[in-house]
Amino acid sequence: MAFEKMKLKEIEVWDGNMAASHAMRQVQIDVVSAYPITPSTPIVENYSKFLADGYIEGEFMMVESEHAAMSGCIGASAAGGRVATATSAQGLALMMETLYQASGMRLPIVLNIVNRALAAPLNVNGDHSDMYLTRDSGWIHFDAYNPQHVYDLNFIAFKVAEDHDVRLPAIVSQDGFMTSHTAQGVRTLDDDTAYNFVGEFKPMNDMLDLDHPVTHGVQTEEDWHFEHKARQHNDLMTKVFPKIEEAFDAFEKLTGRRYNIVETYHMDDAEVAIVCMGTSVETAAEVAKELRENEGIKAGVIGIRVLRPWPYKQLQEVVKNLKAVATLDRSSPNGAPGMLFNEISGVVINLDKRPVINNYIYGLGGRDLTKVHVAEVFRDLKANADAGKLTTPTQQFIGVRGPKLSYL
Amino acid sequence: MGEIKKIKNLKEFSTSADRFEGANLLCPGCAHSIIVREVLNATNDDLVLSASTGCLEVCTAVYPYTSWDASWIHIGFENGSTAVAGAEAMYKALKRKGRLKQPDREPKFVSFAGDGASYDIGFQWISGCMERGHNIMHVVLDNEVYANTGGQRSSSTPIGGSTTTSPAGRVSYGEKQNKKDMVAIMAAHGIPYSAQVAPNKWKDMVKKIQYGLEVEGPVFINAMSPCTTEWKFDPKDTMMISDLATDSLVFPLYEIIDGHKLNITYRPKTVIPVEEYLAAQGRFKHLFKDEYKHLIKEWQERVDKQWEMLQRREEAGV
Ligand SMILES: Cc1ncc(C[n+]2csc(CCOP(=O)(O)OP(=O)(O)O)c2C)c(N)n1
Ligand code: SF4
Ligand SMILES: [Mg+2]
Repeated sequence: MAFEKMKLKEIEVWDGNMAASHAMRQVQIDVVSAYPITPSTPIVENYSKFLADGYIEGEFMMVESEHAAMSGCIGASAAGGRVATATSAQGLALMMETLYQASGMRLPIVLNIVNRALAAPLNVNGDHSDMYLTRDSGWIHFDAYNPQHVYDLNFIAFKVAEDHDVRLPAIVSQDGFMTSHTAQGVRTLDDDTAYNFVGEFKPMNDMLDLDHPVTHGVQTEEDWHFEHKARQHNDLMTKVFPKIEEAFDAFEKLTGRRYNIVETYHMDDAEVAIVCMGTSVETAAEVAKELRENEGIKAGVIGIRVLRPWPYKQLQEVVKNLKAVATLDRSSPNGAPGMLFNEISGVVINLDKRPVINNYIYGLGGRDLTKVHVAEVFRDLKANADAGKLTTPTQQFIGVRGPKLSYL
Repeated sequence: MGEIKKIKNLKEFSTSADRFEGANLLCPGCAHSIIVREVLNATNDDLVLSASTGCLEVCTAVYPYTSWDASWIHIGFENGSTAVAGAEAMYKALKRKGRLKQPDREPKFVSFAGDGASYDIGFQWISGCMERGHNIMHVVLDNEVYANTGGQRSSSTPIGGSTTTSPAGRVSYGEKQNKKDMVAIMAAHGIPYSAQVAPNKWKDMVKKIQYGLEVEGPVFINAMSPCTTEWKFDPKDTMMISDLATDSLVFPLYEIIDGHKLNITYRPKTVIPVEEYLAAQGRFKHLFKDEYKHLIKEWQERVDKQWEMLQRREEAGV
C-alpha cells in the first residue's frame, strides 16, 4: 500500500517531540533505527504510529539499545539513504562510541537529542549534561529553544548534513519536557513543501551501488589517522557555516522565519549579556527587556544556535563591545568552569578590549530557571560592568538548596 | 532469488570469482581468510558485507588499501551485525521506493565477526538482529580467543585453554569455564537456520552457506577458525588441526532448521581421541602434566556426551 501524505493545519499545537516527529515524517526518511528513552520516547512512538497508519514509506528498525540504534543508522546511511534517530541522556551516553564512528565515516545522519540529566542520581528531566558529551564528537549541532525551532531546524539539519560538501551528521537538541512536552503553536509546512526544501537524498559511496563496491570504516594508524581527523575538523571549520547560512537564507525565503548561527536579543546597544542555550534563551530575553524598562540595565541575550562548529568569529562580533558577560551552563562541570565559560573566554581572549566574564551553573536535573534568578544574574553583570572587573566569584550555582555555592 | 552456484570440485571452487583478495595482513595459515573465501565463493550473488573489529577487519582494510571487492563496512567491535541489518533495512526501503540503482539485483547481507565480537561484546546486537528477523547472515570466525588483541579469553575459550587472561600457571590449568553454546542460543531465537561449519569440510560449508543465503530471515553460522598464533601450531598445519577438531568431534558439524530440527552433517569414519586434538596445540600443552591429566579424560567425556546429545536430538527431530 502506498504511503499517504498528511494534511496539516497552518498552525498545529505541537510539543517539541511531535514537531520533530512530523519533520522526520515529512522528509521521508528511508531508515529510522531507534530506541525509546524519556523524554525523547514520544518521537519514537509518534513515528511508530505514523508508520502504523500508513504515512511512512521507509523502514523502521525498533532495535534493542541506543548503541544498536546508531549502529543501524550507520549501516543504513552507508548503504545510501536518508537516516535519523532520537535519544536522550543515558541513551545518548550508551550511543557515544557510535557518534564518533558516524562522523568519522562522514555519514549524514540526523539525531534529535531531547536533553535530560545524566545519572547518577537517576533523573528524567531536562538539563544539558547529555548533549555536552557530544561536543568533540564531530557532529554539527543545532539547538532549538521551542517546538517551532525543533520543527524548522530538523529540515535545516538534513539539508546541511546531506550536502556533498559537508557529509557530516547533525544533532538537533531541545530541552527535555520544557520543550519536548510543552505544546505550543507551530507553523507548519505542507508535506510537499517540506520535502522539497530538503530535496531527494543524493547517495555517495553507497554500499548498495553494487557496481561500485566501497569499503567503509577502515583502519588507519599513525600514518593516516591524523589526516582523516584533520580533514574532518577542516570541513567543520570551513565548509559548514557557509552551508548553514545558505540553508537559513533559503528557509527564511520559504517561510519568513529567520535563524542565525548566533541569536541575539536586545543586543544592539547592550553593555552586559547572558550567553545560554535552550529554553533559557527565551526566559533571559524576557528578563532583559524588563530590566531595560525597569532598572535601566542595558541588558542583552546571546543564544547559541549552532554549538558545533563553534561560532568563534561570529561570537567575537557580538561580544566585542560588551562590558560584562555571564555564561550559563545547564550541566555540572564537575571540577572545572562550565563549558560555555571556557569557550566564550576563548572567543574574547585575543580581543583588544575584553568583557569581564563569569559563570553560572543552573537548572540541573530539570530545576527551573526563574525570572528572578535571571534578574539577579543581570544585576551581577551590571556591578561587574560598572567596576570593570569581577565583583562576584567566577563561578556561582543558582537555584540550589543550602548555602550559596561559589568558586574561583 | 539468484541461481545457486554449482561447484564440482575444490579446484573449481578455489579458482572461482575472487571478491576477497589474498593481499591482506592475516597471518600465514590463518583460517579466517580461508573461511571468508569459502563463504564468498559459495555464491555469485552480490554481497553487502560487514566485519566487526578483530583480526579480519584490521588485516583487510588498512587505509589506503582494501582486500574487499564487494561493499563492506566496519563500525566497531560489537555492532557489525547491526551494521548489515541497517544496510538491509535500507535495501528494503529503497526497493519499495524504487530508488535502487540496480533494481533487478538482490544482494545478500553477511556479517563476519570473531567469537569475541559474537559470544561476548556483540551478543546483544546479534540477538537483536536475529529476533527482529533481518534477512542477514552472521558468520562467527570462532578461534576461541581475542586474537587481534593478543590472545585474551572469550566465552568461547574451552576449559583448559591457556590464554593471556586465563593463563596456565603454577596453580592454574588455564580457562575454567566451558565454551558457550552459541548455536543453541541462536537457534532458540527460532531463526530459520543456524549451523556449525569448519574450513576443512568445504563441501559441507558451501551447502550450508548456500542454504543460509537462500532462506528468508536471519541465519547464524559458527565457523571454527584455527588460529596458528594463539592455538600455537605451525602455520602449515591449519587444515590438519581442523581435521583433528572435526574428526575428534570436539567440533561437530550440524545444522538446526527453524530453531529446532537438528541434522548432523558430518560423521567421521574413524573418531579420533580428543587427546590427539589437544596434543597438537600449544595452548593445551600444560594439560599433559601429571596433575592435569584428569582434565583430558573429562574433555573426552564432555565431547562424548555432546555427541550423544546431538545424535539424540537428531533422532527425535527436535
Ligand atoms: C568496545 C571495544 N572494546 C574492546 C576493543 C578491543 N578489541 C578489539 S578486537 C578485540 C578482540 C577480537 O576478538 P574476536 O572478536 O574473537 O576476533 P579475532 O581477532 O579473534 O578474530 C578486542 C578486545 C574494541 N576495539 N572495542
Ligand atoms: S592471530 Fe590468529 S586469527 Fe589473527 S590473523 Fe593470526 S592466525 Fe588469524
Ligand atoms: Mg577470536
